[in-house]
Amino acid sequence: MYHKTLSYRVFTVFNTIGLLLLSIACIVPLIHVLAVSFSAKSAADANLVSLLPVDFTTEAYKKTIDNPLFLHSIWVSVKRTVIGTALTLLLAFLAAYPLSKENSEFKGRSVYAWLFIFAMVFNGGLVPFYIVMQKLHLIGSFWALVLPGAVNIYLTILMMNFFRAVPKELQEAAMIDGAGHFRTLFAIFLPVSTPAIATLGLFSIVFHWNSWFDGLLYTTNSHQFPLATFLQTVIITRDLSSMSLDPTSLALISQKTVNAAQIFIGAMPVLLVYPFLQRFFVKGLVLGSVKE
Amino acid sequence: MTHLKKYWPLHLMVLPSLLFLIAFSYLPMGGIVMAFQNFKPRLGITGSEWVGLDNFRFLFEREDSIQVIWNTLLIAMLKIIFNLIAPFTFAIFLNEVRKELFKRYVQTMVYLPHFLSWVLLGGILLNVLSTDGGFVNRILESVGFDAIPFLMDGSWFRFTVVASDIWKEFGYGAIVFLAALSNVNPSLYEAAEVDGASRLKQTLHITIPAMLPITIVVGTLALGNVLNAGFDQIFNLYNPLVYDSGDILDTFVYRTGIIGGNMGFATAIGLFKSVISMVLIFISYRAAYKWANYRIF
Repeated sequence: MYHKTLSYRVFTVFNTIGLLLLSIACIVPLIHVLAVSFSAKSAADANLVSLLPVDFTTEAYKKTIDNPLFLHSIWVSVKRTVIGTALTLLLAFLAAYPLSKENSEFKGRSVYAWLFIFAMVFNGGLVPFYIVMQKLHLIGSFWALVLPGAVNIYLTILMMNFFRAVPKELQEAAMIDGAGHFRTLFAIFLPVSTPAIATLGLFSIVFHWNSWFDGLLYTTNSHQFPLATFLQTVIITRDLSSMSLDPTSLALISQKTVNAAQIFIGAMPVLLVYPFLQRFFVKGLVLGSVKE
Repeated sequence: MTHLKKYWPLHLMVLPSLLFLIAFSYLPMGGIVMAFQNFKPRLGITGSEWVGLDNFRFLFEREDSIQVIWNTLLIAMLKIIFNLIAPFTFAIFLNEVRKELFKRYVQTMVYLPHFLSWVLLGGILLNVLSTDGGFVNRILESVGFDAIPFLMDGSWFRFTVVASDIWKEFGYGAIVFLAALSNVNPSLYEAAEVDGASRLKQTLHITIPAMLPITIVVGTLALGNVLNAGFDQIFNLYNPLVYDSGDILDTFVYRTGIIGGNMGFATAIGLFKSVISMVLIFISYRAAYKWANYRIF
């Protein structure tokens, strides 16, 4: 038995330690930020904080929550996440059904499939896209954050592959009973699709919550920013000119501890859905690749 | 007509998605003509001056754009190679863990960074990698090294970009390898055991071969990313100090086209990238289908 040999036992010890260090390396930066966010401003500015808060205080969170722009950006993010995810799920659910048919069952399927594939692998690029958004009068509109990404081709494919795994007998039985395609979709497919819908929903929620570039491109002032875009301008670009803030709020925004608190609040929703994510996303990945 | 009578519900189901694709994928493709114009927003597509292939000539003549293409290729290739090696190796070592609970703990920790956006991770990295008392440099200094300008020096910047991308993605990337390993029939290991094969031998002759098909698929499909060096990451980490070595096609397009207003040129760069990427994706999918019987659609 190899488990009992000395060399394998030595290996196991080193392997365990190595993996333990690796796992810590993946979350240490987050712990550091959490520690900074709960530290006193003076300690953070003097770089005294490592993995535990120094002079524990919730001051940074109070200041963060006092900032109306920050709160408003959370509201925009929640709105886009809820509406965007609902729309994406509906569109993917509807389109996946005809796409899951064989080419022989649904003439025309291959044309649609190619239109989806081509849109996935080729795009007009940033500038033409921006011009189209202008022409559609979406610049400065909330819908600029929701409509362009409404069809998520990758998620539609996941759904399609899930539908393909639904037993054919179920569909045939429904058809024999005289149900049309819409009846079949909503009465037969919908109830068995809950795991797939949960998987897609979680992917979409994370996608929307994390999206920041559209908020930067298609908004006209900082009151339209979703949280990710707000954080991008405040923490990364430090572009405070667009914020139209008075000097006191400006000083507040550039604080290390406040930045840390904002980063942590930004990560919180993802951390909260993470346990569910983990359960579903492995399934989602497996769905994504049909092996014959 | 009989076709429509029978299939109209199926057409109707695709229709909403199709309208969105037309508006936000196919309509912008029409804008590609801007790549052949000296485009002025004021004059529009119909009024702007046609310049033939001038914009593409600039792309290969201007020193800055040649540097940008080179940066993109280099960073993207390094990411492709190491994002294959790192999860592969990690999966082999994790596969040796017998304690289920510990295994699940490690997985929970290493998958996490994948789900955080580059805005948040960028904010964290700017902080912990700073030469001005950042957490990482404080550790380096405490063990006697000099502080490293991770984000302020050209060659270090590329290293930081590739390393932090591997840090973010290796766990998530390992999922497909671990899935392949969970399908290995345990009796293979038992038989090897009976034959007196050491664990190292078993790894070389059972574990690694079991991961090879999916490795080929992942590696081949990654080819489509040869010009994708990671806009989100670089945009949130770079600064004018490292433009020379860290500027990539996507960030260059944003700065020239949207900020600089040189829209025709920026469209041409985008088109160059799109066309090459598309060709590579088609080749890689064909190859993956041929070699590993993999298909997605």
